[in-house]
Amino acid sequence: MVEFSLPTNSKVTKGISYSSKEPAKDPKKLIIYRWNPEDKKNPRLDTYEIDQSKCGPMVLDALMKIKNEIDPTLTFRRSCREGVCGSCAMNIDGVNTLACLKSMSDVKNEIKIYPLPHMRVVKDLVPDLSKAYEQLASIKPWLQREQTNEIKKNSTDEKKQSPKDREKLDGKWECVLCFCCTTSCPSYWWNGDEYLGPAVLLQAARWVEDSRDSERKERLKAINDSLKLYRCHSIMNCTRSCPKGLNPAKEIAGLKKAIVTEL
Amino acid sequence: MNDSRPLSPHLSIHKKVLTSIFSITHRITGIGLSVGSILISMWFLLLSLGPNYFSYFEMVSKNILFKFILFIWTIGIFYHLFNGCRKLYWSFGIGMDLITVYRSGYIVLVLTLISTAIVWLFI
Repeated sequence: MVEFSLPTNSKVTKGISYSSKEPAKDPKKLIIYRWNPEDKKNPRLDTYEIDQSKCGPMVLDALMKIKNEIDPTLTFRRSCREGVCGSCAMNIDGVNTLACLKSMSDVKNEIKIYPLPHMRVVKDLVPDLSKAYEQLASIKPWLQREQTNEIKKNSTDEKKQSPKDREKLDGKWECVLCFCCTTSCPSYWWNGDEYLGPAVLLQAARWVEDSRDSERKERLKAINDSLKLYRCHSIMNCTRSCPKGLNPAKEIAGLKKAIVTEL
Repeated sequence: MNDSRPLSPHLSIHKKVLTSIFSITHRITGIGLSVGSILISMWFLLLSLGPNYFSYFEMVSKNILFKFILFIWTIGIFYHLFNGCRKLYWSFGIGMDLITVYRSGYIVLVLTLISTAIVWLFI
């Protein structure tokens, strides 16, 4: 359902402002979305001030500095700090990205940080991704091989793939499933219950295009659905948002094309 | 789903990136054109009903507000036409990398303005 305004329990209120005690050489203000399930209050925006000269260059560095030095209750997911794990996905300066790949100097004024848009919030910057993971599981993101007699006989054989076939997976396997794209998609905001969203459809394309997979047709049939796939209207916000520079919209167009020409 | 959890803000906080602006404009112009097509059929109706009724239309069409709406409608029709072509290419997966998406978007805008100017200056 299209609902432009937030539910009453989600309206964001003004929060606490933590000002720095000593004069900073290179001050930077961060405004961060906070919500604690134990408070039983509405979400609020807290303001923190850090000294950039005593902090790493990325937004994630600033978040860790705040957690270590100013407010240990600040909650966010992070792990690899180099854009490989996809944990620290959040909305920074209005665009979904990975905090570890977003340089603070890219944002001119204060840095506004929200959790991924239109998701249930577990705490602070941690969104509930269980629905998205469920949708990922629904496209069977693993290699499927038809069990013919011949294959059974040589079941220990390596499933070989030519370099040319392998190339077809480029631009797909690099996805780290951070869901920046999915949560930037207005279509997913309004129809997230049914529409699979760009991240999951990119994964669908990754398995559809795998030469070693024998269920290409079945996979295409499974997503050939007015809600699951065709809620994509090529808005292109997903491609605009992807912190890994991938192109989910193009992969979805490829899926639509394959359905029209092959089914 | 745990309903006590708040919904994170979306439309209000997401940057108005051009990709979504182009898309929503395409939809709005589409709706505008649908409404406009009703007005056009009304115009044909008045035309077929004879000179008495048509003179009534002529009176309305001299109104500056009518001209203004028609001007906006011209912009709408050209934007929808050119952006529609852009989307047609996308159906084939052509021109979907981000740089081309932005470039073709600007081209659509320029073509819309030029076409509208031609229509209103020369026709």
